[in-house]
Amino acid sequence: MKALRNFINNVKPQFEKGGKFEKFRSTFGAFETFLFVPDTTNQNGVHVRDAVDLKRTMSVVILALIPSLLFGMYNVGYQHFHMLGQTDVTFVETFLFGFLKVLPIVIVSYVVGLGIEFITAQIRGHEVNEGFLVSGMIIPLVMPADAPLWMVAVSTAFAVIFGKEVFGGTGMNIWNPALVARAFFFFAYPSKISGDQVWIADKIDSYSGATPLALANAGDTTTYCICDCVSGFIPGSIGETSVIAIAIGAFVLLLTGVASWKTMLSVFVGGALMGLLFNQFGSEANHMAQLPWYHHLAIGGFCFGAVFMATDPVTSARTELGKYIYGFLIGAMAIIIRVLNPGYPEGMMLSILLLNTFAPLIDYCIVQANISKRKNRVKIKS
Amino acid sequence: MSELFSKKNKEVFFTPIGLNNPVTVQVLGICSALAVTAQLKPAIVMGLSVTIIVAFANVIISLLRNTIPNRIRIIVQLVVVAALVTIVSQVLKAFAYDVSVQLSVYVGLIITNCILMGRLEAFAMQNKPWESFLDGIGNGLGYAKVLVIVAFFRELLGSGALFGIQIVPESFYEMGYSNNGLMLMPPMALIICACIIWFERSRNKELQEKN
Repeated sequence: MKALRNFINNVKPQFEKGGKFEKFRSTFGAFETFLFVPDTTNQNGVHVRDAVDLKRTMSVVILALIPSLLFGMYNVGYQHFHMLGQTDVTFVETFLFGFLKVLPIVIVSYVVGLGIEFITAQIRGHEVNEGFLVSGMIIPLVMPADAPLWMVAVSTAFAVIFGKEVFGGTGMNIWNPALVARAFFFFAYPSKISGDQVWIADKIDSYSGATPLALANAGDTTTYCICDCVSGFIPGSIGETSVIAIAIGAFVLLLTGVASWKTMLSVFVGGALMGLLFNQFGSEANHMAQLPWYHHLAIGGFCFGAVFMATDPVTSARTELGKYIYGFLIGAMAIIIRVLNPGYPEGMMLSILLLNTFAPLIDYCIVQANISKRKNRVKIKS
Repeated sequence: MSELFSKKNKEVFFTPIGLNNPVTVQVLGICSALAVTAQLKPAIVMGLSVTIIVAFANVIISLLRNTIPNRIRIIVQLVVVAALVTIVSQVLKAFAYDVSVQLSVYVGLIITNCILMGRLEAFAMQNKPWESFLDGIGNGLGYAKVLVIVAFFRELLGSGALFGIQIVPESFYEMGYSNNGLMLMPPMALIICACIIWFERSRNKELQEKN
């Protein structure tokens, strides 16, 4: 550790103003602050006295994503060997297979995304923002295990450029970049991210690899029981399958206060209520409408979206009351899209993107309501 | 003759193609830019049709400009444009039936294209026929230019073809390349349009407004 510090101190002058590599100052700064807590202190009024800066916040989210990632790797291997009917595969072999499948996707997502971040930071003369650390981890988790790497790269590039950098970088984006990447992938290359052919790595053609969500759409809820959906041994995107792994992540996020419990809770409440409503009044012929509400919450990307994407502090509503409204509408919209539009089996992605768009409007209405309420109070007194 | 191509007239002709482009700078006629640009051929036909219609509508209105009563000028302009659109649409049906089927209602909808009314109101009502003609051609070509650029990228990346001829070789598809389905949807036309605007603004400082 000490040697590393010394090395950085040695090369630092070359990156400072007038140094040999002055151009790469932001890149250097990014690496230095990634490795060590910045040693510069503010000279004038400091308002927040806390050790947590953006990098540490992001690191907590990454930590919370680790259970889903590890389980996702194991599940990729499990689904593969399960399909082949091999039951005598050891735990290590299974995990290793999934690890080798998932790792390239993670690497591609990070290399492409961070590459673009660094280049734009250089062009603009900004410091490199750390926002992509989380997006780069979420993108692989919402991809199918068999996603072609170049498609992952194109989607990531599109998401970082058009979802984030054109708006001004981290903290300015309207939509969650990871979801923009997935939406781009979904609409650009639909055959590689939907249907029953893509969810199991190296699948043989004759085996049906439909996800529980697609099966439920066709009226089949017996192939995978609800316990499978909670434990996560089902085909699906890499990180979204296991409710338990996501719950561990949610626990970490809530314990550290990084994610808002209000948003998270209201997404689930919205989804559950909308599910119940469809159970009561939905048409008999629509299998999705008849799916019990708790089943709705367990399948597809509902949990993953609710915990890791709806709570994104940049794109979600910021007022406290707004968080309830925002979350509730996400949950409700996700179920509405699932039930009423069989063309888009996964409503969570579209519903979060839709509410991302409306989050500023929700905030605006709440702030304005508060202002007019207070104005009225003044009028009565005078 | 030298007066016909004076410096001022050249300016009238060239600014709409470049610095004062109707689509990328004035943001007019966006709707049809989204609708007909999935392939190159209809985009070119559309661009040419609009060019011809703007040019001749400009000339006719410019000739009539002193006799049109101010209160009903919009109706007069609409009648002229509608007549020209009908002629173009019939010509397309007669000589290029396939394309006219592809363009379907959008030829008829040229009448609602904001560029037309914009040019008639802003230019033809105040200027002589020859200048108006140049202005119409310039604006039409500026519109066509954007359409062709957008359609080029959309057809190339969306269907791997240009003018309906396969450009991306079969071996690419065997190696795992696949066409980008999003390119065939209207949202991508907006994004490509935005990229053109981005490119033009970063090259021409005078297009950037000061905040």
